[in-house]
Amino acid sequence: MFESAKSAWFPPEASTTAAHVDHLLYFLLTVCGSVGLLVAFLMFYFCIKYRRRPGAGRPARTHASHALEWFWTITPLFIFVGIFIWGAVVYVDAYHAPADSIPIYGIGKQWMWKFQHPEGQREINTLHVPLGRPVQVLLTSEDVIHSFFIPAFRVHMDVLPNRYTSVWFQATRPGEYHLFCSQYCGTNHAGMIGTVVVMEPADFENWLSLHAEGSLALEGRKVFLKYRCVSCHSANAGARAPVLEGLYGNTVRLNNGRTVIADDAYIRESILDPGAKIAAGWENIMPTFRGQITEEEIYALIAYFRSLQRGQTPRRVEDYPPPTGTPPINTKTPEGGTSDGKASVPKQP
Amino acid sequence: MSLKDTLFTEAEQKALFDHTFLARERLEEQYASLPHQSETAAFGMWVFLATEVMFFGTLFLSVGAYWCLAPEVIERASLELNWIIGGINTLVLLVSSLMMVLAIHSAQINRQSDVYRYLLLTAGLGVCFLCFKALEYYIDYRENLIPGFKFDEAEWVSRGVDASQIGYVKIFLFLYWTMTGFHALHVTIGIVAVLVMAVLTRRGHFSAEYYSPLDVTGLYWHFVDVVWIFLFPALYLLGTHRL
Amino acid sequence: MTTATLLPPAPQPAEPPAERSNYLNVSYGVVSWLLTKDHKRIAILYLISVTVMFLLGGVAISIVRLHLMTPQGALVSADTYNRLFTMHGVIMVFFFLVPVAPAVLGNFCLPLMIGAKDLAFPRINLLSWYLYVIGGAWTLWAMLTEGVDTGWTFYAPYSSQATHYNVVPTLIGLVLAGFSSLFTGLNFIVSTHWLRAPGLTWFRLPIFVWAMYGTSFISLLAVPVLAMALILLMLERLLHIGIFDPALGGDPLLFQHLFWFYSHPAVYIMILPGMGIVSEVIPCFARKALFGYTFVAFSSLAIAFLSFLVWAHHMFVAGITLYAALIFSCLSFLVAVPSAIKVFNWTATLYKGSIAFETPMLFCLGFVALFTAGGLTGLFLATLGVDIHVHDTYFVIAHFHFIMVGGMVMAYMGGLHFWWPKMTGRMYSQWWSRLAALIIFVGFFLTFLPQFIVGYNGMPRRYYQYVPEFQVWNVLSSAGASILAVGYVLPLAYLIYSLRYGPRTGNNPWGATGLEWQTASPPPRDNFDVTPTVVRGPYEYDTGKAQNEP
Repeated sequence: MFESAKSAWFPPEASTTAAHVDHLLYFLLTVCGSVGLLVAFLMFYFCIKYRRRPGAGRPARTHASHALEWFWTITPLFIFVGIFIWGAVVYVDAYHAPADSIPIYGIGKQWMWKFQHPEGQREINTLHVPLGRPVQVLLTSEDVIHSFFIPAFRVHMDVLPNRYTSVWFQATRPGEYHLFCSQYCGTNHAGMIGTVVVMEPADFENWLSLHAEGSLALEGRKVFLKYRCVSCHSANAGARAPVLEGLYGNTVRLNNGRTVIADDAYIRESILDPGAKIAAGWENIMPTFRGQITEEEIYALIAYFRSLQRGQTPRRVEDYPPPTGTPPINTKTPEGGTSDGKASVPKQP
Repeated sequence: MSLKDTLFTEAEQKALFDHTFLARERLEEQYASLPHQSETAAFGMWVFLATEVMFFGTLFLSVGAYWCLAPEVIERASLELNWIIGGINTLVLLVSSLMMVLAIHSAQINRQSDVYRYLLLTAGLGVCFLCFKALEYYIDYRENLIPGFKFDEAEWVSRGVDASQIGYVKIFLFLYWTMTGFHALHVTIGIVAVLVMAVLTRRGHFSAEYYSPLDVTGLYWHFVDVVWIFLFPALYLLGTHRL
Repeated sequence: MTTATLLPPAPQPAEPPAERSNYLNVSYGVVSWLLTKDHKRIAILYLISVTVMFLLGGVAISIVRLHLMTPQGALVSADTYNRLFTMHGVIMVFFFLVPVAPAVLGNFCLPLMIGAKDLAFPRINLLSWYLYVIGGAWTLWAMLTEGVDTGWTFYAPYSSQATHYNVVPTLIGLVLAGFSSLFTGLNFIVSTHWLRAPGLTWFRLPIFVWAMYGTSFISLLAVPVLAMALILLMLERLLHIGIFDPALGGDPLLFQHLFWFYSHPAVYIMILPGMGIVSEVIPCFARKALFGYTFVAFSSLAIAFLSFLVWAHHMFVAGITLYAALIFSCLSFLVAVPSAIKVFNWTATLYKGSIAFETPMLFCLGFVALFTAGGLTGLFLATLGVDIHVHDTYFVIAHFHFIMVGGMVMAYMGGLHFWWPKMTGRMYSQWWSRLAALIIFVGFFLTFLPQFIVGYNGMPRRYYQYVPEFQVWNVLSSAGASILAVGYVLPLAYLIYSLRYGPRTGNNPWGATGLEWQTASPPPRDNFDVTPTVVRGPYEYDTGKAQNEP
């Protein structure tokens, strides 16, 4: 059963972050506890010692000492700076995922969690992760704001519609843990809970192979063809749009002179809002796919671009006719010369 | 000729007015003297205007935020606003502020009939502003610039706005309507206040010693003017207009 | 009676039955109350209205706590539950905590404390009560008919989607109530600047006035932003233009920024008056001048200023950038410093005093204890590394209830008991009121201490059902809440009883030094027969000589 049932006092400590957060908590409890107890003790002591006695006159004046005032102004300040720095270190650590994290794609919607593994497994309200490997969960929402919260891992991140956030953790104890939505999201907010299953690496591999449905990248390739992305983003000479090989994680120069890292958010934005950031040297001829493509399909595309190596881009769509049933896409004719631009996407270094 | 006029000379009337009527009727019990009361009222209006700054500031902040997010689209949308009428209205309000200043100046030198005339001019220019504004709103309506009510996405695509970015156009226009709408509401309140002051002036409510409500109304009117002076460039002049 | 100087603080014998004219008997009839310009009568009107609101908010949360006795929560449906906690939050925050201290105690005491006959703008004062009542009635109607289930935070895009009941009417009510507190704040600031009695310099003002000044400053600058954010949200709902809803191209974080730009300073609107009350009561019953007056006064202003710079600490895991999180965390620690200064100074005021444990003092000592606990747990939340775990859990709930209920409501009770003899001319039962203070203190701890633990264990807020391992803490919390409820009903009974049967008190039953105690109880319509002249600081309770002086 759930690990947390073992103790009603303290949640299970099942990730590397959890240990950091708990140590910080112990420190805070010690410092704040002693200050609190000191104040309580002094108040209690003064109240007893200086209680009003019958017949007592008015007490003498105590002159406030500026040195004392400054002492208890400056001292807390120094303690606070210390706490702040420690807290910031833990936060920064929890903010930046290690480079070798396993990417998992998560979607929150009223009122369920959906996850996709790079190997293609899909899960609802359950998330299987291996022990001792950093895992990064990329998160987005299909409707309102949710929040991804695993108490045992001490990780927490709001899940926003139309935007990516991410959270990472490295599990340290096998077992089953709660996954909660902690941002109020409607009627069944309390029912938007799931289970995180931490497995030994070998068991996890086993589980992966048992539930394999073809990798997410392969899925993404299908999406790439289904929406006829390939008719422009093709490997043919004179293609009408940049080749996307080796794009993921690299710097893209934009036509307004700025640069941007081609991360998950950039790819998503370029699909839904193609005019927002245009690669240098290209005209924006791409229609928006907002309302046509689902969040899951975007995730698949991202996984596909992550895996796309040089020379793997499919050729133009004529060679690969789209599957039947694809919704017609509002393609526009390119304005002016289409291929006058130089390839702006940096090739593999 | 009233009984009052037959009994007292003008100077005596003024003394009576100042010392009995003013002291009894104008001065509220919590104040030591009329100047004390007037200064407090003016201070109160300044504090109130500080809250108004925050009120409009939120809207300016929103415009700024979306301008940073999508500068080209917002500037393109701004081009469609009628900057000529906006410019005329800026002049109208500036002149009305001048009239307000003249009204208060006349009050200070106790020329009550001038006060009345200038107040009417102020209010008249305010009404003039609202008429131009109404005309502009009508033109906006004709040009499909009302998101959620009368709006044509295809037009904006033909103006070179990417289909996926039309949302920003709508937000900008929405903020335009909200900001100019709230400003127009303030102008309307201001006109009513100025007209009330005009009536009070006509009834001989004010004198060189006591014109505090006029002063406070003037502050409010100038503020409404200043808001427009910031609002005009922030909404109308984001893009480069060509004649 | 009023004299040119402050009287030495000594309890006076009870006056003979008061026949003299006071603000209560100067005129009779409903109309004389509903059209009054007297700040004292307006304070009484507010007292009645906020008490009604407090009871309604209390009923809502009682049902919620009963519901949470079992993990499945069998009492009400999920939808009803969501409406109940929204009702509790909206009423308690916007219609009780924000107005209670300024509108009731501030309205009554501030003009008396500065030696004025009334506030600067009495009509605006009455107007703000009407705005409060209309806004309150409107919001109540909206919440009791179809209901609102967005939580008191109204986060977009949830609140801007079309299906969620009476959001727009509720927002209209909140905007009206917001303007009510804005006008009250305007009145206080102007009055403090212009209506102080002769000789009452800024550094002779009671800390309560300083606190009210800081509170008003926050109201004035923050309320318009909230009003505008709520108006934009309303328009978004009505016209489907996405300022905040990302499905329409808006930015949901913009709403959070605007909302917390008001609602974090609003926390200090709620707590600053409480600090002011405690700074009046503790010197009075310890018979000592307030320790470190200047530091306490300036810390009120520092809080008012810094409170505007920390709003995004509600959004550490909301998707803001790393640098924003670091800066806002750092600033949040800064705002804790002035609060710490106040706690240390209150404690030091007790040193070598002559401490009497009358009811107001008991409430205020309770305030210091609970506020310290609440403030220290606030440090946990300001710490980025801990906030990523406890954000939006019951830990947060417990923390802000320690500040709001343990802090503000305790202080309000303390202030109400302190000034009750001044307001009514009658004294309540000391035995019952001390019992109530004790019950509230114990009930409070039992209600909210378990919530810290269940919060750290990971129970998210606004859950109508929860996993079974959290049950023990929820049962404890509900048990505490029932004790707390008894504690809050008791004062209602003995205070109302005292109106008719309580013994008459003299002008200054506590032997306090404030100007408000120098006039009759209840005060006459014009507060003072002769405008007082002030020649001393506010807290000259002690002998004025240091111990080692001859």
